[in-house]
Amino acid sequence: MSYLNIENLHAAYGDNLVLQGIDIALEKGEIVSLIGPSGSGKSTLLRALVGLTKPHIGTVRLEGRVIDYSNKRSLREARDHFAIVFQQYNLFQNMSALKNVTIAPVKVKKREPAEVEQEAKTLLAKVGLGDKLHSYPDELSGGQQQRVAIARALAFRPNILLLDEVTSALDPELVKEVLDTVRMLALEGMTMLIVSHEMAFVREVSSKTVFMDEGKVVEIGAPRDVLDHPKTPRAKEFMAKILRH
Amino acid sequence: MNYTIHFNLVWKYVPDLLQGAVLSFQIALLAFLGGMIIGLVGASIKIFGGRVSRGIVQAYVSFFMNTPQLVQIYFFFFALPQAGLLLSPYQAVLVGMTLNAGAYLTEIQRAGFLSVHKAELEAADTLGMSLTQTIWYVIFPHICKVLFPPLSNHYIIMTLGTSMAAIFGVEELTGRAFNINAVTFRSIEVFILTAGIYVGITILASLILMFSGRWLFRIKGKVF
Amino acid sequence: MAGSLWEEIPRFFTYYNWVFLLEAAGRTLLLTGVGCLVGFALGFYLAVARLYHGRIFLPFKVIIVLYVEIFRRVPFLVTLMLVFFFCQGFGLEVSVFTVALATVCLIAASYTAEIVRAGFEAVHHTQWEATEVMNFTLGQKLRLVVIPQAWKVILPPAFSFFIAFIKDTALASQIGVVELTYVGKVFNNKGFSPVLAFGAILVLYYLMSYPLARFGAWMEKRLVVSKH
Repeated sequence: MSYLNIENLHAAYGDNLVLQGIDIALEKGEIVSLIGPSGSGKSTLLRALVGLTKPHIGTVRLEGRVIDYSNKRSLREARDHFAIVFQQYNLFQNMSALKNVTIAPVKVKKREPAEVEQEAKTLLAKVGLGDKLHSYPDELSGGQQQRVAIARALAFRPNILLLDEVTSALDPELVKEVLDTVRMLALEGMTMLIVSHEMAFVREVSSKTVFMDEGKVVEIGAPRDVLDHPKTPRAKEFMAKILRH
Repeated sequence: MNYTIHFNLVWKYVPDLLQGAVLSFQIALLAFLGGMIIGLVGASIKIFGGRVSRGIVQAYVSFFMNTPQLVQIYFFFFALPQAGLLLSPYQAVLVGMTLNAGAYLTEIQRAGFLSVHKAELEAADTLGMSLTQTIWYVIFPHICKVLFPPLSNHYIIMTLGTSMAAIFGVEELTGRAFNINAVTFRSIEVFILTAGIYVGITILASLILMFSGRWLFRIKGKVF
Repeated sequence: MAGSLWEEIPRFFTYYNWVFLLEAAGRTLLLTGVGCLVGFALGFYLAVARLYHGRIFLPFKVIIVLYVEIFRRVPFLVTLMLVFFFCQGFGLEVSVFTVALATVCLIAASYTAEIVRAGFEAVHHTQWEATEVMNFTLGQKLRLVVIPQAWKVILPPAFSFFIAFIKDTALASQIGVVELTYVGKVFNNKGFSPVLAFGAILVLYYLMSYPLARFGAWMEKRLVVSKH
């Protein structure tokens, strides 16, 4: 039994069957990357794990225990273990960077405010925003906002960090600073599930790559294998297209 | 004192109420049309007119928008006879509602006219369109599209506003409700039916307007 | 006619009449103000109630939707009559002022529920999602994230509704509430020139409504700027 087991997961978005039977296992400290064309269901998989899209078939097991997405308590408990960073950062517009990071640990996890604030300051300094504690989201660049979002996710003290195309909405020159932050987290042993288009980064950081297409897992293996030597025709087609430029 | 609801005594009055609704519709329509004409003139003056005429229009608009329609009608009903102009209740209501509508519709149309972007006019110009063509193909459709939602909305408001005509004895929907109430004393039932008919006709009007908007101007709207 | 009008003015604007007029104006403002405040609070809770998920809440949500859709589509006068005869029929010994107040509350609540709902929807759904995945309770979502952002969208239409309602309360005169319009009718019946009687109350309504409308417009402009 792995740390996280996704078994035969099916999820729909309205009438669309987006996930059609996903099987992935994640060990503690492992970094798994999800790649594939748009609409393949990568983001939906992350959203399904945290219950934003309710899966209707299949199971997700965390440390062996099944997550019941239709049960409020089970879902709350599961969400305590995950933290997700969205493509659009989703920072709270009415709060400063510091407040964004501290609000959930204090109000939801009921931790000591003084302790949380200290930790938040450390985290923000760690992602390189120690001087922007009191800046509001509309005063920060995309890359800075995304780093605050990562700090916010870390303050939640998750066991598994989910990154949903965190660099896709950024101007090219801002991508590096975010990737550096993720690289740092990888070195520290954070368990992560990363959806990304940054193939070089994926090869460098992840221990396992999953290629998804049309809601299914098409190929799974070490990054070098999937990226450089794809076996299935669809994977070959995709790699050829994206690696060309 | 306990009151038992007996709708069966009131059902037979529904056709009467519906006839009243037709009169409500008529009053609203006439007042709206009259108000549109006033609004067109008023909006034009406010945009193109000189300082004095603009001031007059602004005074008119400001006055009618900041005072109750009921009191406006009272004024016309009671004060005009003193100046020699005797109005029937129906006429007083119509005059009051038309002038009231005129003020609101002036504002709505003014905003609509001003919403034509300079960019659209420049585009038409560079495409070599004449003034008439520009007006017909660019300005007019744009204005219609912009004006349709607020005008539809105000029309619905006016339809509900016709109910105060009952106070003057006009036999539109609410007026008939008062009459029936006086005869049957089944007040709660009568007014529940009346309320129901108002809900019905406003929903009907909203639906008709929404579909017309979609069909004529491709405006996406919703009723609920 | 104009001559006799001139003569009437001092007879009209006696101290006693002034008191009568201003008291009535005060009652109009009180009726609108208290009615709207209570109605806003009620409407706010109705809008929040619509956010609850779960099948057990469905009947309540249906009732709320029906309530909101119905009371926005019935004229003030008809609602007033319904409340009046309802109270009368079920033996509730309340003053006509209370009846009018209850009517204002009912209607204000239904409009507010819509305004607040629109305000909540104006907050981008991604803000809602971020609170959802971090296990915020509904109360926390609203208090900490949604309302701080939504109030700027809610306040302007709510305020203009309040101002517009000052004019609607004129209809309360029909059941005998001694507000401004009622006083106008009293003066007219007493024999004063209707121009003077209704003219005076028109002016008083204007003096109540116009400054508030200007304030509302100023406030709206300031909120748009700060929203950038």
